[in-house]
Amino acid sequence: MTETSVRRPKTSGPGRTLIAFYGVMTLAALVRSIVQIISDFGAAPLAILLSFLSGVVYLVATIALARPGRRAYRTAIGTIAFELVGVLVVGALSLALPAVFPFRYTVWWGFGIGYLLLPLALPVLGLLFLRSQRARFAQEA
Amino acid sequence: MILGYTTFAVVVAVAAGVLAIALGLAGRKPSDLSLAGPAVLELLLLAQLVIAIVAPAAGNRPTGNPIEFYAYVVGALVIPPAAVFWALTERTRWSVVVVGVGCLAVAVMFVRMQLIWSVQGS
Repeated sequence: MTETSVRRPKTSGPGRTLIAFYGVMTLAALVRSIVQIISDFGAAPLAILLSFLSGVVYLVATIALARPGRRAYRTAIGTIAFELVGVLVVGALSLALPAVFPFRYTVWWGFGIGYLLLPLALPVLGLLFLRSQRARFAQEA
Repeated sequence: MILGYTTFAVVVAVAAGVLAIALGLAGRKPSDLSLAGPAVLELLLLAQLVIAIVAPAAGNRPTGNPIEFYAYVVGALVIPPAAVFWALTERTRWSVVVVGVGCLAVAVMFVRMQLIWSVQGS
């Protein structure tokens, strides 16, 4: 733990920017979906729960990106791939079935338009970043 | 909420964000110039908090959800110190880009605060 926190190689360089974006998205998705759970849950339970789930997945992905090692690498790949599938599937469903997804301000609505399309852009950038860092992650294990 | 103040804050936040991202991508390390942006934003956010506390007494009541509004103010207040702290723990160009991203996030949150405060209905 101390060794990794002293070296912190993956949190250097462009990866820092990615992790910062993920941190911001985690904060935005979790806070907003929790407020929606408190104030509007009955109006769109499925959409709001999905939004909350995406916030939790963002949190795990942020931590996995920031940590060294093979396991963190696999966790990051898994969570980020899940996000990509989520934003594509739920994004498409939200446009096809507006009655089930009435809220524009859930994370995956309309491919993440309520969050400046970051939910669509981040998984793609994240997977590209992970692919480029593959050797580095393995080394740190 | 005061639309003019929000507009001013958003302009400052976007300018600080673009400046920091440009400086970072140009290879600059964290400097007084790139860290002044988040410092100013923190002051603007504190002023926003004071405005939010005082405004209802002056007849400017939120039509939106006050809990959501305060969630945004408090969330936004955390961002500039966190970005600056990270910039100082590792003084590289990418830290400056991170500071810029943080400033842009604050800009978005100022916009959201205005929308939440002045939303019609619900």
